[in-house]
Amino acid sequence: MKAIQLASGVADMGGDSGWGHAPAIEPDEAVFSEEWEGRAFALALLSMRISGSNLDAFRHAMNRLDREHYIDDGYYGRWLYGAENLLLDSAIIAPGAVEARAANLAGGHVDEPSIPESEKPDYAPTAAGSIRQIDTPRKFTVGQRVRAKTMTAPGHTRLQKYTQGHVGTVTIAEPAQVLPDTHAHFIAENAQWVYTVSFDSRELYDEGAENFTLNTDLYEDYLEAAS
Amino acid sequence: MSGEVISSERIPINLRTEALEQLLVERGLVDPQVMDTFIRTYEKDVGPLNGAKVVAKAWTDPEYRERLLDDGTSAVAELGFKGPQGEHIVVVENTDAVHNVVVCTLCSCYPWPLLGLPPAWYKDPAYRSRVVREPRTVLTEMGLELSQDTEITVWDSSSEVRFFVLPQRPSGSENLSEAELAALVTRDAMVGVAQVRT
Repeated sequence: MKAIQLASGVADMGGDSGWGHAPAIEPDEAVFSEEWEGRAFALALLSMRISGSNLDAFRHAMNRLDREHYIDDGYYGRWLYGAENLLLDSAIIAPGAVEARAANLAGGHVDEPSIPESEKPDYAPTAAGSIRQIDTPRKFTVGQRVRAKTMTAPGHTRLQKYTQGHVGTVTIAEPAQVLPDTHAHFIAENAQWVYTVSFDSRELYDEGAENFTLNTDLYEDYLEAAS
Repeated sequence: MSGEVISSERIPINLRTEALEQLLVERGLVDPQVMDTFIRTYEKDVGPLNGAKVVAKAWTDPEYRERLLDDGTSAVAELGFKGPQGEHIVVVENTDAVHNVVVCTLCSCYPWPLLGLPPAWYKDPAYRSRVVREPRTVLTEMGLELSQDTEITVWDSSSEVRFFVLPQRPSGSENLSEAELAALVTRDAMVGVAQVRT
């Protein structure tokens, strides 16, 4: 469970095809369409605290779900499974504990695993939130051409597949933020500058693509200067 | 069922949620009343009405509009809107020339203090995957036909910056008050998949 796993799995779906027709808008939908969704939402927020974890680790805990667990129970389903991953990682709950309790709630009589000794990460953020003040000069400036690197390292990242290897232009210098790639694995905050980079759709895809501009925020480590 | 753990595939998600809650509550790790507070906050208090107030003020107060486009975080905080998922807000303005639309392809990042929790369509894989590849087609499928002369800019939220769309003020709304304008502004227009209508 603790091994760093590859990439973002099914979550990294930007630019993919095969997901069908665009969704219909339901103007009056409930915030939580079923009661369990609200419970899962709250449990996930609290699980980040209980497990000594953080938001980036939570995102990675969802990204490493298999397709079935990521998709089949919807958004709050993956929140619940992600929360369980965090709690298992920090040994707050034992493997099989949730399944056993669910079986007993459903009228079964199964033995439940004993409570493990917790193993929270030995790691604490230097401040609340993700934005940090840093003194390092910016590597890139507004107007500069930059290329999104191709990521081959395993582990969490916010660098989407569909931007990797493509050249765009820095359009906004955003505040410095902790780097999700290291923060998610409790290695370091690695706070660094973030840039909004604008890509031409035909650079991202091909000449036949719809004509539009794609803006996304990329951390300094994700970028290299392009000529 | 007795004697062995049922496989995860066969546990209904509502039962699984109840099981986890029970495990954590009985050990005092989670307070159900705190859970109730989180749920109630996003069901009742924090929702798109916040964003609609920002939009209506920007439409009626040119100096506020300038501040909003210049420093979204501070301008929305003037109205009391801040909190989780609102650390740094960038506001982008729709015009006849440019239409902005927001997505988070990697999860479903969304400006909670202004819009509450994201709607189902925003979290749908079809939206997440396709709006960064064929936005005009996706918007058309969702009921928004833009002029061919209007350029589309898609914002994919990948850092902790949150994007918020200032929609175009609809024609025929000149005589409406700020409160009446706010009542017209929809969640979907503030993400960029709809326009505001009178």
